[in-house]
Amino acid sequence: MLIRVKQKSTPAPSEIASEAEYQNRRSFIRSMGFVGASTLLGGTACAQENPPETRSLGPLLKSQYSTDQTVNSYADVTQYNNFYEFGTGKEDPYEYSGQFKPLPWSVRIEGAADITGDFSYEDIIQSHALEERIYRMRCVEAWSMVIPWVGIPLADVLKRFKPTSNAKYVSFETVYRPSQMPGQRRPILDWPYREGLTIEEAMNPLTILAVGVFGKSLPNQNGAPLRLVVPWKYGFKSIKSINKIGFTETQPATTWNDAGAYEYGFYANVNPEVDHPRWSQARERRIGGGLFDAKQPTLMFNGYADEVAGLYSGLDLQRNF
Amino acid sequence: MTLVPGKQQIRFIIKPIVFVLAMLPLALLCLRIFNIYGSGLGPNPIETVQDYLGIWGLRFILISLAITPAAWLIKKPWPIRLRRMLGLFAFTYCLLHFLAWLILDQSLDISAIISDVIKRPFITLGTLALLLLIPLAVTSTKGWQIRLGARWANLHRLVYPAAILICWHYYWQVKLDTIDALLYCAVLAALLGVRLWKRRRL
Repeated sequence: MLIRVKQKSTPAPSEIASEAEYQNRRSFIRSMGFVGASTLLGGTACAQENPPETRSLGPLLKSQYSTDQTVNSYADVTQYNNFYEFGTGKEDPYEYSGQFKPLPWSVRIEGAADITGDFSYEDIIQSHALEERIYRMRCVEAWSMVIPWVGIPLADVLKRFKPTSNAKYVSFETVYRPSQMPGQRRPILDWPYREGLTIEEAMNPLTILAVGVFGKSLPNQNGAPLRLVVPWKYGFKSIKSINKIGFTETQPATTWNDAGAYEYGFYANVNPEVDHPRWSQARERRIGGGLFDAKQPTLMFNGYADEVAGLYSGLDLQRNF
Repeated sequence: MTLVPGKQQIRFIIKPIVFVLAMLPLALLCLRIFNIYGSGLGPNPIETVQDYLGIWGLRFILISLAITPAAWLIKKPWPIRLRRMLGLFAFTYCLLHFLAWLILDQSLDISAIISDVIKRPFITLGTLALLLLIPLAVTSTKGWQIRLGARWANLHRLVYPAAILICWHYYWQVKLDTIDALLYCAVLAALLGVRLWKRRRL
């Protein structure tokens, strides 16, 4: 059993944006008399007044895969998120995830593996050493950040369940809890959120199961308590708050692909040469740069080509976007 | 009815008030940019500025299109006197939105701008809408009104296709959650619909 040690020294997100600033911003919007309809329809969620504390994760291994690029601020990483389960606005996950209870947590392992069943968060994580992985994160919306994740290689976790030779793909599912996730009360996407990888992608050493950021456990808005991070793919592949992992023989259905196959492929590898039908993917905006910061060129596989290009040799990436 | 304002009241009281109100969104944005008011522009300030100016452009287009039906509703012509100013504010916010995209988002990278205008349907629509609004802003003066005579009213009907393009531009730009965009489209549809309805009845 994991004993949750709350450390008083751990800064809460509310310490980055003070309560006063936060309240002031809402009243600004209210004073203008306009609140987005999506917010209004979001239901009864109350704003995050006392965000749940995150806990320190202790000593972390360094990784050769970490980038030395400048890391984004804690506020950037925790207050500018796409996590439609908490609303479709970028600030919604920060504001409306306060009711979510990430622990206790259990993950169902199913499909083509010798060991399947329900496992607690601790069962999954405990026997592994936590690593810090500072990765670039490139959103399909053409913005990016540099985020210091804490996690474990997904391969190390998956191997413990002894996948069989039939396991060609790995599927993932986000928890469905409309009472705690106000965004799920609207049928924006076909809940629960689903993602998938080929077994080779899942076993690649870059792919991690993340449990933290900035040396602390994941805040709710970042996918607590357990999420995927696949740094060479667009951010939507890195599914959050995972409570189901399956080994499958056929390609699993994935949420954004279902929502618009023409715009979001199964692979969703970062590729500056394959544009989104409605916008260019050639350049990206690095968050945190200020008003006059120019966009920067997007790199093939988000700059991780050396590690992953081999996974796709012979595959037509224009077609399999 | 005593509620009908006279020419002087419109000129010296109502117009200045409307002017100040219409400047308010821009003023508040400036205060946010310089961190005097609110909590800044957030992690993606360029997106914030661009979206903010764009949505206010659309709002002022809708507000100026609401003036004529409002005058019909109260059966008094005086609100028409506010229409030019509101229309010019609509143009100003749309132009600032376009400039924010040009300068902040694209950093004046001409080749990227041209390829975006050609290749991205929603940007094509937005650019087209702004081009339609330019002659309206230019000919908004009394002098042009006299010079163009009857053609002036015809020319200014370009605001209808421009408004449709702007709504479409907004709708197409949204990744998935289109409900806000659809609400604006519904307001525009109502404002255009009431005109068609009125014409049929005449």
